[in-house]
This record gives sequence, structure tokens and C-alpha cells, in this order.
Amino acid sequence: MSTLLGRLTPWIAGAAALIALPHVFTSGFALTLMSQIGLLIVFALAYNMLLGQGGMLSFGHAVYFGLAGYFTIHYLNFIYEEQVPYIPVTLIPLLGGLVGLFFGILIGYVSTRRAGTTFAMISLGFGEMVTALTLVLVAIFNGEDGIQTDRVLGEELFGITYGPNIEVYYLIAGWCLVCTLAMFLLTRTPFGRISNAVRDNPERVEFIGYSSQRIRWLAFSLSSFFAGIAGALHAVNIEHVGFEQVSVIQSGLVLFMVYIGGAATFVGPIIGATLLYFLQSTLTGVTEAWVLYLGVLFVGVIMFFPGGLAGLISMHQPIWRARARLLAPLLVPYSRFLAALIVCVLGCIGLIEMLYFRSSRLSTETELVIYGVESDPFSAGPWLIFAAAAGLGAFAIRKTYPGAVSAWNTAIADARARPLG
Amino acid sequence: MESIIFAMFNGVLYGMLLFLLASGLTLIFSMMGVLNFAHASFFMLGAYFAYQISEGLNFWAALFVAPVIVGLVGAGVERWGLRPVHRYGHVAELLFTFGVAYVIEELVQMIWGRVPVPYEIPELMSGALFTWQGFDYSIYRVFMLVVSVVIFVALFALLTYTRIGLIIRAAVSDPVHVATLGHDIPRIFMWTFGFGCALAGVAGVVGGNVLGTEPAMAIQLGPIVFVVIVIGGLGSLGGALVAALIIGVVTRLAIFYDYGLGSLFLSLGLEIDTAGLLRDFTRITTAQVAPVLPYLMLVLMLIFKPRGLFGTRDV
Repeated sequence: MSTLLGRLTPWIAGAAALIALPHVFTSGFALTLMSQIGLLIVFALAYNMLLGQGGMLSFGHAVYFGLAGYFTIHYLNFIYEEQVPYIPVTLIPLLGGLVGLFFGILIGYVSTRRAGTTFAMISLGFGEMVTALTLVLVAIFNGEDGIQTDRVLGEELFGITYGPNIEVYYLIAGWCLVCTLAMFLLTRTPFGRISNAVRDNPERVEFIGYSSQRIRWLAFSLSSFFAGIAGALHAVNIEHVGFEQVSVIQSGLVLFMVYIGGAATFVGPIIGATLLYFLQSTLTGVTEAWVLYLGVLFVGVIMFFPGGLAGLISMHQPIWRARARLLAPLLVPYSRFLAALIVCVLGCIGLIEMLYFRSSRLSTETELVIYGVESDPFSAGPWLIFAAAAGLGAFAIRKTYPGAVSAWNTAIADARARPLG
Repeated sequence: MESIIFAMFNGVLYGMLLFLLASGLTLIFSMMGVLNFAHASFFMLGAYFAYQISEGLNFWAALFVAPVIVGLVGAGVERWGLRPVHRYGHVAELLFTFGVAYVIEELVQMIWGRVPVPYEIPELMSGALFTWQGFDYSIYRVFMLVVSVVIFVALFALLTYTRIGLIIRAAVSDPVHVATLGHDIPRIFMWTFGFGCALAGVAGVVGGNVLGTEPAMAIQLGPIVFVVIVIGGLGSLGGALVAALIIGVVTRLAIFYDYGLGSLFLSLGLEIDTAGLLRDFTRITTAQVAPVLPYLMLVLMLIFKPRGLFGTRDV
């Protein structure tokens, strides 16, 4: 009984947090932010069914997200014109999911015949094709302008109209919780396990009697289903869908979220979606270089922490499982390394911001403010300071990194030496 | 008839440009198993370097210097970026090059700004070489064709008749054996990667001033190059050439002969929907469909002949 309760605890805590969040962060900006993060979590988890659990790297998964979005908008508009049967907005995401599932089954049949690099290329090809089609088939996709709708169809259960944003937030939060639970339980089924096996060794899977191609197809279709739900939620939330939602940019964004968050764990995509969308919506107004930082972060994660943020956390799990006190000796070497990293990053950011400022050639009207200090990118002073910070930081990183690694090695060895419990 | 020849000429030209990109990509892929997502970014770097060099010196200096710089940058990316990622597997390598493509695009915007730069055709070659049947064949386009054909022949000769080519071809088919013979495989990888990037750089130098030198040029061309190497068959240079020419000619002809699909449906005896959501299927013309055609060919190829035209192994 206690184990069941222990297993349920994260879900109950998650549900409580979803309910409480709008009462803590009451501003309109925070509400839109949280709604968007909620649906992106669904999208990222769906994507991770492919990348993390099935070993399929897709560059075109936004196709199912976006097409479901387009379909949802058209369906809502058709309900107004009374051309289609009425469906309450509460259940519209399910319809989006079915659209995603339909295209997932269709396109998945062709693309999941191969795995690995070829699959990645085919997914890119389909992504590009659909993006190009949105600009050609104007009646359905309306080109670069996209299509829009009004999500208020009238009163539903308990007088909900989905007019106020708070009601849409709870719609998204509810679907997010349900989908997260469904996708989590899916990883525990025989299908989830065999999907992992196909990722690790498709040949062996064939030998025990499964068709690895079928498994990939099934995983792809189910993933498209959840991506479709996310796309429909996006359409309901924003009331607009454009070609950006099917494009490779959106596909790349969800890939970044999942990989930076950590594809090897279930919670990784949740962390990644939350962090990246939060950074994106707060930083795009502040700096021009946001995409550059995102790209550098992504490349850095691939090169140095392939497990992502969640991987970094789970690296330490055996240590605190054995005895939490073993974490204490890590504190000093870790904070040394972190301090060096922060100095280096701050220096690099300063340099990049000044370069961007110079290339955009707005120097006469505006002044560049970095870290609250006015910095003139046309004088040598700031350049020297930031370059020194970047150089010193890089030097310190090299010096402190071995200490951090050896501290972790000692801690993990100690943890393994002790019997559990 | 005259117009067909003119459209074919432009198609072949575009196809040869695609081949310059695809040849390096397919060499790298078949040798290292790495699909270099950033390949078109090196094409873009070639164009921007050529612009910068021709501002300071002239076009001819750019033609020879810019590809060398691009090749060195590529070799550096392989040495300090890709090689450490190698141990995490092919998916990580592909992801790495995907990230590099983002970073290069942003760095280009950081240095040269978000708007196109005025990289012009050299004045010496701006006129028409000859006029035939009412169409001007410009000197520069003929020059582009000559450059790409010369490079194709040189590449072919290099791979077929030289010792370096022999080692490269051996490393493509069986890297482990070549390593046991005492060749430094990581170094061969590095220089092949750099060489492939330099070829993309050449394409950037000669193509940048015709196609337009702007930050979006890599994203526009990159996926089409992937289509070329899949249709041609991975690892096959001859296949890459044929596929590049087919895609070049087909897309240019589709734009040149702007047929409406509606008349096609009519001649097939199909009903035409002129008001509903599907009305675009009957109203669009082949010129509008042209950007979709390469991907359509890719899908058809994967369904019916997944090895590509000349591929010897499964993709």
C-alpha cells in the first residue's frame, strides 16, 4: 500500500501544482506562458516517445502538431457554419489527436521502414513538403497569414465558455495531466518495453519474433496522436495556426526541448519544455541573440552532457539514495566549477551582445546596456573586460572541472560501497 | 523548342550546383556515417567569405581563397566538435551538425546582419556570352557551368586515379580494414570532412551571387541536397550527379512551363471543384508545385526503390 501511495505522490503533487499555479502567478503574461508550456509538455513528451524511447530522430514532428492545429481551427469554424456535428471545445483536443494519428499512420508507414539517419532524412523531407504545401494550398492553409478562429462556442458543462484565459489554462492543464499519465503508463506496458528494445537492438527484437518495423510504426502513430492533441490545444489557446507550426523550426524547437531536458528519462522533456519556453518568451524581448544561445546550449549539451539536465540529476540519484550526506563533499568542487562557468558565460554573452549591436548598426540612436551597465561597443574598454572574463572563466573551467569529476567519482564509489537501506 | 533548351540549360546549371553540394555530403556520409546537417551552412559561409574577399580584393581571389577557408573551418569543426561526439553514436553526431547549422546561421547574422549582402556577379562577366534563338546565355552562367564540370572531372579523376582517392574509396567501404593497414582514419575523416565543406564553399562562391547571399540560403537549399543524395543512392557520386541533374531540370522546367493542373484534371475527365477547400488542387500551376517536387520524388523513391538510383547498400 505504501508503495502505491509512493508511486501516486508525484502525480498528486503535479495535479495540485497545476491547480495552484494560476493562484500564485496571477498576471496575464504568466497565465499565457503556463498554458503554452502545458501544451508544449505534451508535445515534448510525445516527441520523446520517438527520440528517447524509440530511438527515432525526427526533424519533422511538428507536421502532426501543426496539421492537427489547422484541422481544429477549420472544425471550429465549420461548427459556426453548422456544417459539421457539434463537439464541445473540451473534447476538441481528442479530435486533434485523431488527426495526428491519421497522418501518423499514413506517413509513418513510409518513413518507419528505416531507422536511424535515413528515418531522420525522410522526416525532414515530409516536414519540408508539408511546409511548402501550406504556402501552395491557400484555401486550406492560407499561406503565410495562417488561419484563425474563435474558441468560444457557447456554454458547456458548469457554464464554462472558454472565453477567459483561465478556463483555457485549466483545459490545457487537465489534458496535460491526462496525456502525461497516459504516456507514462505506456512506457510501462509490454509495447513500451519492446519499443526500448527496438531502439537498443532491432536485430535481437527480430529474433524473438517481433517486427521492429511494426513496432516503430506503432510508436510513431501513437506519438503523432499525442502531438495532435498538443496541436489542437495550441489552436484553442492561440486561436491561430500558421505555417510556423508545421515548419522545421517548430520541429527543431521540440527537439531542443527534449534533448536539453534529457531524452533518456521520462521527466526530461517536461523540464526541457518548461525551461526553454520560459527562456524563449522572456529573452526574445531582451536580446537578439536568443537563437544563438539556444544553438550553443544545444551543441554544448550534446558534447558534454549527452544525458541532458535530467541526466545530470539522475547521475546523482544513487548517491542520495544510499546516503544523502554523501552529497556534502560535492558542494565545494561543484560551486567552484559553477562559478567558473558563470564567469565564462557572462563574458561570452557580453562579447556576443556587443557584436550583434555593432552589426545591426543602430548605434546612433540607442545605447547598449549589458548587466545594467551602459557599454559602448565602439570603445576598447568593454571589449577588454568581457574578453578577460571569458578567457579567465575558460581557464578556471579547465582547472576546476577535474576536481568536480573526481568528487563525483569518490561519492559514487562510496555510495556503491554501502549496502542499500 | 528553343525555350526548352534554355530551360534545360538553367536546370543543368542548378543541378550542377546541387551536385557540388551533394558530392561532399555523400562522401562524408558514406565514409563516416555522418549526415552533415550543416553542409548547406558551409555553402552559405562560402558565399559570405567570397563577398567579403571580393570587397577587399576581387572575385578571382575569392574563388580560390574562400573555399580553402571554408574547408579549414569544416576540418576544425570535425576535429574539435564532431570527433569528441563520435563515441555517443550517429544520432548524436547528426544532432551535433544540426546544432552547428543553427549556430552558423546565427553567427552569420551576427557578423553580416539579417538582410542580404550585395554580393554581385563580377563586372567582367555580367554580359551575355551569346544570344541563341532569342535567349541570352550570360557569360557568368556559362562560367558557373564550366567551373562545376571541371570540379566534377577533377573529383572523379582524384578518386579514381590517385593514391589518395584509393585510400578514400577504401575508407568509404571499410574503414576498419584501412585503419589496420596503418592509415590514420580520424585524420582521413577530418580532411575528407574539410574537403567536402570546401566543395560546398566553391558552390557558395559561384552560386551565392546568382541565388542571393542571405542568412536563409542554407535552410532553403539544405533539405534539397539531402533529397539529392537519397535519390542518387547514398555513397554513389555518379548517382548524386544524375539525381542533382534530374531535380535541377525538373524544377526549372516546372517553373518555366507554367501549366495549370486544372486543365490536366479536365483532360482526364475529372470533375473540377472550384469553390470548396480543395479548390487549390485544381487551380495551382506547376510553377507553384515546383518547391514540393523534390520531396515528392524523395517519397516516391523511398516507397519504390529505397536504395536510390545507384545505391549499393540500404540507406
